[in-house]
Amino acid sequence: MYPTKYHRPASLAEALQLLSENEDAKLLAGGQTLLPTMKQHLAAPEAVIDLSASGLCGISNGGTMVTIGAMTTHAEVASSADIAAVVPVLNGVAAGIGDPAVRHRGTIGGSISNNDPSADYPAALVGLDARIVTNARELSAEEFFDGMFATALEEGEIVTQIRVVGPKRAAYVKFPNPASRYAMVGVMVAETADGIRVAVTGAGEDGVFRHEGLEAALAADFSPAALDPVEISAEGLLSDMHATAEYRAHLVKVMAKRAVAAC
Amino acid sequence: MTQVTLTVNGKAVRRDVPDTMLLVEFLREELRLTGTHVGCDTSQCGACVVHLDGKAVKSCTTLAAQASGGTVTTIEGLANGSLHPMQKAFNDNHGLQCGFCTPGMIMSGVDMVARYKAAGKELTEHAIREELEGNICRCTGYHNIVKSIQQAAGEM
Repeated sequence: MYPTKYHRPASLAEALQLLSENEDAKLLAGGQTLLPTMKQHLAAPEAVIDLSASGLCGISNGGTMVTIGAMTTHAEVASSADIAAVVPVLNGVAAGIGDPAVRHRGTIGGSISNNDPSADYPAALVGLDARIVTNARELSAEEFFDGMFATALEEGEIVTQIRVVGPKRAAYVKFPNPASRYAMVGVMVAETADGIRVAVTGAGEDGVFRHEGLEAALAADFSPAALDPVEISAEGLLSDMHATAEYRAHLVKVMAKRAVAAC
Repeated sequence: MTQVTLTVNGKAVRRDVPDTMLLVEFLREELRLTGTHVGCDTSQCGACVVHLDGKAVKSCTTLAAQASGGTVTTIEGLANGSLHPMQKAFNDNHGLQCGFCTPGMIMSGVDMVARYKAAGKELTEHAIREELEGNICRCTGYHNIVKSIQQAAGEM
């Protein structure tokens, strides 16, 4: 790891101040991606700003909506009774990220701000039509995720909360890479107040995306068989040593059918 | 440099270390607690698992500075006069061959038993195998490790 300066601000205001003073600083949430990246010399921030003491933890249940602090760990999301009461699908999504020790450190805010194209939360939050709250504004998950490892976050902006309204029904199913366990394809199917949403992670060259064909088919007939005639184009899908774009396209439909069956 | 203050295995320690020092380096190199191992150094193998504030974490993917102010338990801190039930179970069931992964296996085992007990859930053989996703053993094929954790779960 190249030298860096560690900071642990005691408030969000102090964190924002440090961020504005250190142009090459990186925010450190759980560190489960940033630290390995720094160890491999793929990132060399002059400063890291640890948000663990900035008051961004905690989950609150507003009856039909849960609010999750950005520094809430995957383990906390996985085991939260408040989340189970409103949006239980999210317990399962978090329980499937990494391994138990990683889930004790990794956070929802860190994961979505990194926007790894194979991460589970992007599909979950786009599928559930979640809202992302920052120190400056609130935006939809769809507006927030902006391509591979890219988000709508501006310089000096910090995710503070994630808000999710409970869906009528929802399920998330992924096909994990046999070695890394990252999603080769993960599909969230949700029926929200605004209709059916199908969001896909792991497959797109530009990260998470919604699939209109799958959504339209499920709006007409919410059953796995309704997805059989839907054509999934391989265009714009990732192709690598693990799977071709065509194979990923195939997996999108299989995972979507399994998710519908699990709803 | 940054000052790191920790309680490790019940003892208060304080050191001035580089900001980039990992928790596992702090334990092994500053405190000479070499029971915690570094296997892959990429947070996949779990040989470096310790408990930070009561939770299993990968000490190769945590900065010592992040842990500062906290409480750490390593494999050296488990035995209290006699072996911890998890250590005894690994001994009884021959839950190791070369032993390199064992410190991490035992720390993960203790963590999972405690979590399942707290949640009132049964730690089944299947659950143990799922829970060991982040701990890799290249020798045993896991059968005796799983048996060891099952035995300890009944005794803890």
